[in-house]
Amino acid sequence: MKLTEINIILIGIVSLLGVGFYGLLITRNLIKVVMVLQILVKAVVLAFVFSGKVSGNLGLGQSIAATVIVADTIVAVVGLALAVQVRRRFGTLDAPEISTLRG
Amino acid sequence: MERVEYGLLLAGAIICAYRAIVSKRILSSTIYLACISALISVVLFMLGATQVAVMELSVGAGLVTVLLVYALSVVGEDALDPSSVISKPLAIAVVAVVTLLLGWMIYPATQFENLMGSVDLASVLWQQRVLDVWIQIVLIFSGVMGVLGLLSERTPGKAEGGHS
Repeated sequence: MKLTEINIILIGIVSLLGVGFYGLLITRNLIKVVMVLQILVKAVVLAFVFSGKVSGNLGLGQSIAATVIVADTIVAVVGLALAVQVRRRFGTLDAPEISTLRG
Repeated sequence: MERVEYGLLLAGAIICAYRAIVSKRILSSTIYLACISALISVVLFMLGATQVAVMELSVGAGLVTVLLVYALSVVGEDALDPSSVISKPLAIAVVAVVTLLLGWMIYPATQFENLMGSVDLASVLWQQRVLDVWIQIVLIFSGVMGVLGLLSERTPGKAEGGHS
């Protein structure tokens, strides 16, 4: 397989997704989970723009990527708000510890 | 020449992503996340998606970083990431399988010869994807509610006491 621009970008997208998946598996802190989701969405935004570019419809790729960026930002805001409220209520940000709490 | 630039930018983004994940201090992870956003926005700009690149830079490296730092300042110094529940070799094995599967699925995309395409975001966004714009407006409204939740100082106990 020749290392063309397309192949390099595809390898970059898949690698970034892989690192994001790994982070999602090993992360326990709620704020860090939000950050890992950001990493995953950045790879997806790149994939949307790239697919729009290679299919000859960059405008459509950009449009969907813009929507994804907005949705991702809202997810980050709401997730951080939830994390802060969980920290105030339970005194911890550790996800397994929160799931075992009662009362 | 662009191959080298794409390679360096994406390698930098991947290294920053890994450092953001393995870093014990979440403030450091936030800085690495901003670096990823900056590098990705340069790649987007090189691909011709200038509007999305500006959006990614301002939102990803600016707004989200500020929100994360603010959330860290609210939760205090104990925002350290504890060790993972599942073992790291198992996580690496699962990720390797998923990544290989993903690579196999997108392999046909490598058959494209050249990068091509035209920039016509305005007509696509305002004529073909109007529903997306409305969804974005609704999402931004939800985000404002989320920021209010983030800034809220009221505890559940006080709220119940206020009603009685």
